[in-house]
Formats: sequence, structure tokens, C-alpha cells
Amino acid sequence: MILELLEAPFAPGARLDAFLAGRRDAGGVVAFTGLARDEGGRVSALELHCYRGFAERTIGAVVEGAVARFALLDALVLHRIGLIRPGEAIVLVAAAARHRRQAFEGADFLMDYLKSRAPFWKKSHEDGASRWIEPRPEDYQDAARWDRQETAP
Amino acid sequence: MRVLLFGPLADRAGWSELDLEMGPTPLEALRDELVRRTPELAGALDAPGVQVAVDQAIVRGAAMIPLGAEVAFLPPMSGG
Repeated sequence: MILELLEAPFAPGARLDAFLAGRRDAGGVVAFTGLARDEGGRVSALELHCYRGFAERTIGAVVEGAVARFALLDALVLHRIGLIRPGEAIVLVAAAARHRRQAFEGADFLMDYLKSRAPFWKKSHEDGASRWIEPRPEDYQDAARWDRQETAP
Repeated sequence: MRVLLFGPLADRAGWSELDLEMGPTPLEALRDELVRRTPELAGALDAPGVQVAVDQAIVRGAAMIPLGAEVAFLPPMSGG
């Protein structure tokens, strides 16, 4: 498992290539890249804050839980913190599994967790002002799917 | 001890880190001391959804803060 909170932009393609390299046990890897939107030019930047150490431990425990729950062979979670410009990657999640369904579900679960419950504080800089952002109701609903759903064996 | 504020709480207080010369202290007394120093924090440190971590572990209810601890006030989180 790899978990990194990064203060500088990263290249999702290169990081995914490195995650894939030499892998002979997995039948599939599902990767998701989240990008910062500019919302029609209104948003100049996102700003993400975290409590270092606490955030790594909290997120790390969830990633380990996902590895066990979905029988993942490996997982990669890269998340930006600090100032993020539109078009930059905020997050890269990749899940490797023997079969594709586990890989899809593992990546889906991790993204729903990261979007709704991960210990970040997010500020949007828009039209010369800034405001703190809370998860959308849909983010909570997406995450709640995993509370009641059992995955197929 | 060291006090950390995050997200909207840090904006409200105008600071995010504070070192205090205090011995072991009940959490409630620490909140009172912080509000005394920064009146803008009145009502904010125990607002709904604000969690407290002592040395990076979440505590609930009345806690005793040990000497030299790091205490973080964590407002509701945004997700990523």
C-alpha cells in the first residue's frame, strides 16, 4: 500500500506506470484521477489543509480496510494538499486485484471515502474571495452506499 | 502544551498554532483559556461537529490534557 499527501503537483500517468510496473499477480488495476475544476473560470485555486500524521494514520487505516474488504493485492492513494490550481490532479487512487470487480469496487469505495470523510479542510478561491467547502449531500450518499452493501464473495 | 487549530477555526482565531505554558489541564479549562486569549473563539471550540485530538488521538467528553501534549481542534471535515 502506498499513501502520500503531496504539497507539489504530481504526474498521475508516471505514478500509475510505476504502480503497474512488474506486477504479475493482478488481473486488473482500476485507477481514478480527480482534477481541480475552474467552474467556468470562477475558481482560481483550491486550498487543502490537513493535520499531518493524524491524516496519514486515519486515511491509512481506511486504505488497509479496503485492501482487506475487497481482497485487493495493493492500493495506491496520492492526495494533494496545499494550493491546487485548476487542471492539476488532486487525487490518484489505484486498486490492484486478481479480478476486475474487486479492483473497480476498491477504487470506488476509496474515492467515496476520500470525498466525504477524509480529514481534509478545503477552501475554494473564487472571484477574489475564499470560502470553506463542505461535502455535497451526494458525497455522503455515495459514501453511505458502502455502509449497507455487502460485496459479492 | 501546543494547541493547533484547523480550517475555519484557524481563520476565525487568526492563528493556527499556539504554545502554552500549562501543566496538566482539563479540556474544559483549556477551552476557557483559549477563549480568554482569543475572544473570537467563544462558542466555536465546542460547537457541534468539532472534534478534539490529544497527541493525534480523538478524545470525547471531559478529558485531562497531559503535560506537554499536542491538542488539536478539528472542525467538521470537508473531504478531499
